[in-house]
Amino acid sequence: MADDDRFRTLSGIPVDAVYGDGPAPGEYPYTRGVHADMYRSRLWTMRMFAGFGTAGDTNARFHELLKAGGTGLSTAFDMPTLMGRDSDHDWALGEVGRAGVAVDTVEDVADLFAGIDLGAVSTSMTINGPAPIVLAMYVAVAEEGGVDRGRLSGTLQNDILKEYQAQKEYLFPPRPSVRLVTDVIRFTTAEMPRWNPVSISGYHIREAGSTAAQELAFTLANGFAYVEAAVAAGLAVDDFAPRLSFFFNSHLDFFEEVGKFRAARRIWARWMRDRYGASDERSLKLRFHTQTAGVSLTAQQPEVNVARVALQALAGVLGGTQSLHTDSFDEALALPSEDAARIALRTQQVIAHETGVANVADPLGGSAYVEWMTDELERRAEEVFAHLEDLGGGSILEGVHAGIESGWFAGEIADSAYRYEREVNAGERIVVGVNAFTDGDDPESRRLLRIGQDTEDLQRKRLAAVRQARDDEAVATALARVAADAAEPTTNVMPALLDAVRARATLGEVADALEGVFGTWTEKAVV
Amino acid sequence: MGHAPEEGTEPPVRVVLAKLGLDGHDRGLKVVARMLRDAGMEVVYLGLRQTTDTVIDAVEQEDVDVVGISMLNAGHLTLGPRMVEALADAGLDVPVVIGGIVPDEDRPAMAAAGVAGVLGPGASADEVVACVRAACRP
Repeated sequence: MADDDRFRTLSGIPVDAVYGDGPAPGEYPYTRGVHADMYRSRLWTMRMFAGFGTAGDTNARFHELLKAGGTGLSTAFDMPTLMGRDSDHDWALGEVGRAGVAVDTVEDVADLFAGIDLGAVSTSMTINGPAPIVLAMYVAVAEEGGVDRGRLSGTLQNDILKEYQAQKEYLFPPRPSVRLVTDVIRFTTAEMPRWNPVSISGYHIREAGSTAAQELAFTLANGFAYVEAAVAAGLAVDDFAPRLSFFFNSHLDFFEEVGKFRAARRIWARWMRDRYGASDERSLKLRFHTQTAGVSLTAQQPEVNVARVALQALAGVLGGTQSLHTDSFDEALALPSEDAARIALRTQQVIAHETGVANVADPLGGSAYVEWMTDELERRAEEVFAHLEDLGGGSILEGVHAGIESGWFAGEIADSAYRYEREVNAGERIVVGVNAFTDGDDPESRRLLRIGQDTEDLQRKRLAAVRQARDDEAVATALARVAADAAEPTTNVMPALLDAVRARATLGEVADALEGVFGTWTEKAVV
Repeated sequence: MGHAPEEGTEPPVRVVLAKLGLDGHDRGLKVVARMLRDAGMEVVYLGLRQTTDTVIDAVEQEDVDVVGISMLNAGHLTLGPRMVEALADAGLDVPVVIGGIVPDEDRPAMAAAGVAGVLGPGASADEVVACVRAACRP
């Protein structure tokens, strides 16, 4: 019996919001979804990740994406920014604006979001090592523009643990870095109630080569580690856990992915309730962003990637994602061109508005295969949690630290990556256009996004102008306070970071001040 | 520490593998390290955050035959030629192979800059090994 006449199939059959027995969507343990009617009341946020060149270049792309129907923003930063280096640093040579947008100062963040109402749009910022500094810049820009920090809505990735395990964009050693994560959690919990201070990310673990089960297990373990760290820093679990969010990969094995998303919700709910004593139901609900698997895209016959992305996006939606980025078909070749990014967004719109899959919550729930897969992935994840608890003497946080220090995570991921590569090489796995069905490639037809050296020159000029115009004494005083507060483990560094970026201290200068206290980190390379 | 002798009596090819600059994507480099080892080559894995200087140090100390650089950050047109020049300036005649996201249209420029080989996404183990062999025994 259909409860809402708006939801009918293409041929006119009315459909219910959910089918099947057992705990419904919106009910503990949330295996079937975190909302009772899922996408009927609100579609997922179509959040396209974008960033290249200077702040002005990326701002133009943001406006294009919003005009095309995107409903949230997501910022990709360039490598020097991700590594806490200014665009005029030696290490930045050749990398400024190439793989994301270059941000050196508050002025760049202001230009990045020019013409966008920060009180109205939710913004995701994919940055980790220097995340507290970039959050400070965002707050400073919003407040200089008259938007109070309490109105800001968005997500800071700020997931440093997976950097040591997979993505390798860390600045400081793991322990002080986790302290910075908890500083951000404390700050946003007190002052930015609409902000997600951490996006606990399996995406990069998967891209680095892990299996679905490893992505699930390592990501949730990192989530538990942050919970333990925040509680140790003096927060009550229900004060911050509702704002923890997750970020998963959606890869090619369709039902495995759906099972992964369902298992993630169930595991998180149970652990938060039973292990960490959360009682607010929002603390138990795992909300997540999904991105399709960049690593699955092929440089050969790249147009075929549109099909891969569509299937992966569908798995994310059937798995109950809250927001979604669809990769552009040309990403195995370069950063997305504008046309390719639009096709990727249109792919989401087809799924949302044409296929009818958003009419019914967890439509695969009850499938014997999907339920079995959900259980199996959960079982495998629990094995990893038990191993980490052993390593950590009963603490997941300590177990994760131990696994990072010994290179265990990186080794597990590298083993899986190599296993996959050998299977492809041996022809045991078909990759269409790469080791089978290889005719029909047409390299002539492509127009790639190119970032020239002029971007680097321009960005360095912008940075020089900010350095020229500021009060150097005020900057020095502010940086000294950053170092002093960093040296005091129980002091939250966020207020000092805000002062420093308002004084137009650069990202690199603030990162250097922190590095002076915390030191650096060299991984134990596992090959 | 033994290694499988390669092609009769010839000593095994020695390859230094590194990521130049800030880019942290090391999946490909690690996979290539294992492919080359499986093919009987000796790999000196420098890993992340290397500079032309640290690569040259390794080339001198480890007596390597080929330098393999991995780049997924679109910095290849800047850093690839820079590596070739730095080796030449140091008086080292060692070929450079670049792997990663390098658009086909950049290959002529890379070749003109003296890069001995380019390996793009999806290169098979055979292609990787053949490219490294061809680079060091032209």
